Amino acid sequence: MISLSEIDTTVKRATKAVGFSWGIAEEVGKSISLLEMFGLPGLKNLNQYFKLYKDKKFQNVSLISKSNSSKISYCPIISGINFLDQVFTLNEMTEIDFENVAFPILFIPFLSKSSEIVGKKIFLKIDERKYLLNFNHSIFSNHLDSDVIDKAKKLKIIFIDNENTFSEGEWDELYSLSKKTFVEESEELKQTAAGAGLTDND
Amino acid sequence: MEVQLRDPKIVMKLSKLGSFHQSKLSFLRSFLKEFKNWKHKRDLFELDEDGHGRAVYSLSKNNRTYSLVCFANKIKDDERSDRVIATKWDTAFTLHDGIPTKKDLDRLYQDVPKQEVGRLSYKELTLSRANKSIRIFNHVVESLSQGNQPDKNKLMDVGYLYRTTAVYGSGKFGLADRFRIKNREEICGPFRLEMMLVYLVREFTFDQVNHIAKQKNPRKAVALDKDICRNLGIGNSTGLGMAPFIVNHPTLLNNWILSKEISLKKIREIENVKDNEVELFKKTLKKSLKNITSWNTDSEFQKKKIFGLLKDMEKLINFINEDFDFKGKYSFNELYLWCEKNLKDECIEYIVSLMMEPYDDIITPLIKKMSSDEEKYFNIPTQKNIENLRNILENNYSEIIKIDFSKKENNQNFWFISKNKEEPRLADRYLDYGSDLEQPLAIARDIKILYERISSKKNSLSIGKFLMENNDLRHVVRRAFISENFPYAEIQDNTIGSKLMPIDMLRLKLSFFGAVKFDPRSDKWLRICMFQGAPLLNDLKSLDDGWIYNSLN
Repeated sequence: MISLSEIDTTVKRATKAVGFSWGIAEEVGKSISLLEMFGLPGLKNLNQYFKLYKDKKFQNVSLISKSNSSKISYCPIISGINFLDQVFTLNEMTEIDFENVAFPILFIPFLSKSSEIVGKKIFLKIDERKYLLNFNHSIFSNHLDSDVIDKAKKLKIIFIDNENTFSEGEWDELYSLSKKTFVEESEELKQTAAGAGLTDND
Repeated sequence: MEVQLRDPKIVMKLSKLGSFHQSKLSFLRSFLKEFKNWKHKRDLFELDEDGHGRAVYSLSKNNRTYSLVCFANKIKDDERSDRVIATKWDTAFTLHDGIPTKKDLDRLYQDVPKQEVGRLSYKELTLSRANKSIRIFNHVVESLSQGNQPDKNKLMDVGYLYRTTAVYGSGKFGLADRFRIKNREEICGPFRLEMMLVYLVREFTFDQVNHIAKQKNPRKAVALDKDICRNLGIGNSTGLGMAPFIVNHPTLLNNWILSKEISLKKIREIENVKDNEVELFKKTLKKSLKNITSWNTDSEFQKKKIFGLLKDMEKLINFINEDFDFKGKYSFNELYLWCEKNLKDECIEYIVSLMMEPYDDIITPLIKKMSSDEEKYFNIPTQKNIENLRNILENNYSEIIKIDFSKKENNQNFWFISKNKEEPRLADRYLDYGSDLEQPLAIARDIKILYERISSKKNSLSIGKFLMENNDLRHVVRRAFISENFPYAEIQDNTIGSKLMPIDMLRLKLSFFGAVKFDPRSDKWLRICMFQGAPLLNDLKSLDDGWIYNSLN
């Protein structure tokens, strides 16, 4: 089995070899090993993308807006890097749409890192495929096939506010249950068991 | 009294880093301390009469076992080469995570001797190979088989039976990735598993030499004297492959140097140095002289450094004996300041290492801080602005941005990866082919370009927006922000200049490994010795941490 360290190094070099800068190549190396660690087909998609990269033109988005569309497919690497670099402003937009993104799987690790940086989960929809990116710790998806996706017609990104996934009532029920591990204090224990003095004016 | 940490702009100069010596912080010493109470076993020893075959040695504690798997092979004399381009070696090794099954051993037999062209699995942690020092090895076998101990003077010249030519870890060739094992407490110091491999290999070399002698002359042969064994280490030939490591791992480099600098600062801040501490310092100073006088090299560069070191040591010992009183306040600080004023770097750094010897309480906690979770510092803080970046460059790279890269000599070299061995190399930009494929190791030059590029940018421009048009400098933008929080992350020198001595980069790393007897064979590679004077496996429980000064040489 190829180790993640080997993937990182080889991808970094290959990315430089097709014409990206060393700084971007470093990002791509880490991104592909991240995808592979999460069990997503990063290397396979990158390999296919690089086969087309030299002969086909891809759109390099610079300033990302709420809605981004192009007749020429967006480069997932430049789009991903720019998303990462602009994430603090993009976060305020809540929802961002892209149309026509090449090899969208390669976009995912940049969003995963973005999720960690802004401290919010990110929901990603690539056409019918759904991904939930959890602070760069894990990725949930309804699509785990290891195939190559060469294009996303529509790609939607939603920053999810840090809200509970449960109701207040559900919380109260569990909290009541947890209280059964507590001990009822006697009057004497109330005075002495905490350790600190009753007055702390010293 | 508060002593300031030494200035990174002085400490991180290559000539200074190339004068570093082993110390209590060194990885092979901290490895032995960590593993001294582990159980050891020779699980398998199947060698033929010429010493060829396989062996397994293990260290275990609680539910954890690490096993060194050794393969000793027959090779022709003309196939023996220390260069990384070699394809056959006398021995090949891997450190296996756990106890290898018969199936594992058979699998490893197919791949470990092939080294870089073999494939390992996540169950293997490190990989290495070694060649015999033929002259010494044959002499030892011959002597032992005749019932005699070998000539100590001959052994002294070399210091080992075997020389490793590479030790690989961290995911290379299919080995386990660091993330799989990084939370194990016993390997929290850097390079612990590489040190373990080398240490166990040393044990194998003694067993092998005894075995061959016995097979050769069963009735007369004697075993190699334990004291002689203790005074033999494992050699290592190291070339340029190691040099880029310290550039490519800035936070790790910082943590190594910072630990050393914090140690020195704390020692200099001791108001009253105790008598037993003075005694240990003086004793170690005296004993360590043997390590210098037995330091053999043909390198004129190193000979000059050793000569200077001995001369400075003489000066220092005279000063301590005649003019210095440890009873004064902050005496180590006074001594250090005297050294800075009167001695050269080679000796100053030697004394800094010796000053650490009495202070386990200062050093031990720092050893645990010498690793780095590098991924944590990878992201560029793109919300910051050009003013922040400019301040960092002007503060942390003030010497670097003064370098004039339009001068040929400041741009003389380039680093590249060789196609045939996938290893880093250095070449002349104006004479050699391939500078268009230069590796991103010309940090000083690229920082200077970055500084010039931002000169016309508004202070308020965010780094995220700056990068949109300047991603060609992304790698150094990242480094600059790392250096903001890691003061010793960056070499304060030009790594492509005509005056570059690559062995300074190698020596820095090897000193932290704990290597001694640096023996440069050119300005690009050197030989060293590891574990010379170290306890044997059977003595490990009663480890004396000052073993490195116990060499009889």
